[in-house]
Amino acid sequence: MSLARRAARRSLLFLVALVLVASMWELYKLLGPEDGGEIFGWRIIPKTNDRAMPHTWEMVSRLGEPEVRGRDEPIWQAILGYGWYTFRMALVGLLVGTAFGTALAVLMARWRVVERGLLPYVIASQAIPLIALAPQVAALGGNWDLPKWMWVSTLSAFLAFFPVSVATLRGLSSTPPIALELMESYGAGWWRTLVTLRFPAAVPTIVPGLKLAATAAVIGVIVSEISTGVRGVGFAALTYGQRATSDPAQVYTAVFGAALLGLILFGLVVALEMALMRRRPAEAVS
Amino acid sequence: MVGEYADVVLVDGATMVFNAAKPNRVDALVDVDLRVAPGDFVSLIGPSGCGKSTLLRLIAHLLEPTAGTLSVNGKSPDRARREGDYGMVFQQPGLFEWRSVRKNVELPLEIDGWARARRAERAVEMLELVHLDEFADHMPWELSGGMQQRVAIARALAVQPALLLMDEPFGALDEMTREHMQAELLRICAAEGTTVVFVTHSIPEAVYLSTRVVVMSARPGRITDEIAVGLGGDRNEDTREDDEFFKRITEVREALRADRDGADVRRVSGVEDR
Repeated sequence: MSLARRAARRSLLFLVALVLVASMWELYKLLGPEDGGEIFGWRIIPKTNDRAMPHTWEMVSRLGEPEVRGRDEPIWQAILGYGWYTFRMALVGLLVGTAFGTALAVLMARWRVVERGLLPYVIASQAIPLIALAPQVAALGGNWDLPKWMWVSTLSAFLAFFPVSVATLRGLSSTPPIALELMESYGAGWWRTLVTLRFPAAVPTIVPGLKLAATAAVIGVIVSEISTGVRGVGFAALTYGQRATSDPAQVYTAVFGAALLGLILFGLVVALEMALMRRRPAEAVS
Repeated sequence: MVGEYADVVLVDGATMVFNAAKPNRVDALVDVDLRVAPGDFVSLIGPSGCGKSTLLRLIAHLLEPTAGTLSVNGKSPDRARREGDYGMVFQQPGLFEWRSVRKNVELPLEIDGWARARRAERAVEMLELVHLDEFADHMPWELSGGMQQRVAIARALAVQPALLLMDEPFGALDEMTREHMQAELLRICAAEGTTVVFVTHSIPEAVYLSTRVVVMSARPGRITDEIAVGLGGDRNEDTREDDEFFKRITEVREALRADRDGADVRRVSGVEDR
């Protein structure tokens, strides 16, 4: 199957899934208990009243109403503005994270001793909760006279570099031995072999890492906005959430915005994949 | 000077031991001597584990010998490798799937620093030589196994090396394709004047192709016999049904068998050969 046809099929499946999720939401809202319920004393059955679970059509129609009373601009325009800001920060985070992750992977692939020394720290870095790290980094930002968005992007890169470095390291170290011997027989050096053989051979392994990194970059920005007060779509979700009692559908408009920009960034990686894998055998395409 | 450099390959007392200090020590090659003159087609034949691939890798300087000396084109194997004095073909074509057929043939030229236009020109010439010029812009995975192996040969010959090192290059092909490829290889080597060292475990293949067949034995790997074949320059499909062809096959088979029986005798009498 061609890449274009696959893309078309996947988009269709995405729409079907979206309709399914909305139907399940409405079905539960119709059948579930108004004030939730308990199982063995645990309050785990969600409430279905309009404050906890607004109707899906209310979420959508809320997009057309203003952010706060008295303003003309409908909320979707405001969300688009916030989203665009968040998107740019996430894109910078993804690019910086990819560059950093790739550089780490190259160093680790080049010297085993670097891999042994560094890899445990790379893995440990992901155990640090971002929500705890973000205010510290933001405080640092106050000391150095840099715009706040740069710190948010840095935190985003902190999440994004990890899948890239792990996938790239795996890709760079699983080059077919026969191809390596061939390059050696040409007297090609390590860097030459890296550029001509190891990297191109690793592309099918690196791309899934980039996909994970794209979503991680968005999560990184949104979480960091909440703890640094940078006004992107994550910050909007936080403020709207605080108004949930009086305006329960509003927070979902920000959720839609966040989901959309996550998809767009993911889509950019898929476009890159299609460009890179255009002339590869079909079974190598992930 | 010419006399000194007359041998394309000179192996003098090469010994290769893997895991020397460990219990799983392997004496892959012991005290091997080999001379390959220009225009020779030398086949290395023997059971698996006799070190024939190891010997080829020593010549290619993909391995360093434990002891002994080698020279290729009168240079150290290391220098010969870096100066592109040989081309190598493995059992698997090992083409880069992200490069077109032509770009694959250009690979060694690219690493050698050739200009783009000259590179493309030479690649097309080489593809003409293996009758694949019309597939220049195809991707490797669109070609059959035999065609891919022909691309690998074109790639190995692109720098016009004096020496071609082949490690069971037709081992993965079916019998019909294999015989066709053998004939093609002879034609190409005659046209290019290439000297060949060829690893195989097929007796008819070794006899059909070679000017000399070198018989090796395993554990430890060493050379036990050498048979001059010399079926002449005009070999063709009829050669395979020739009496002379069968006679040489029998000769090689007996050399291989004599060696195996010898090993059995040694084992029975309790005399270890190392």
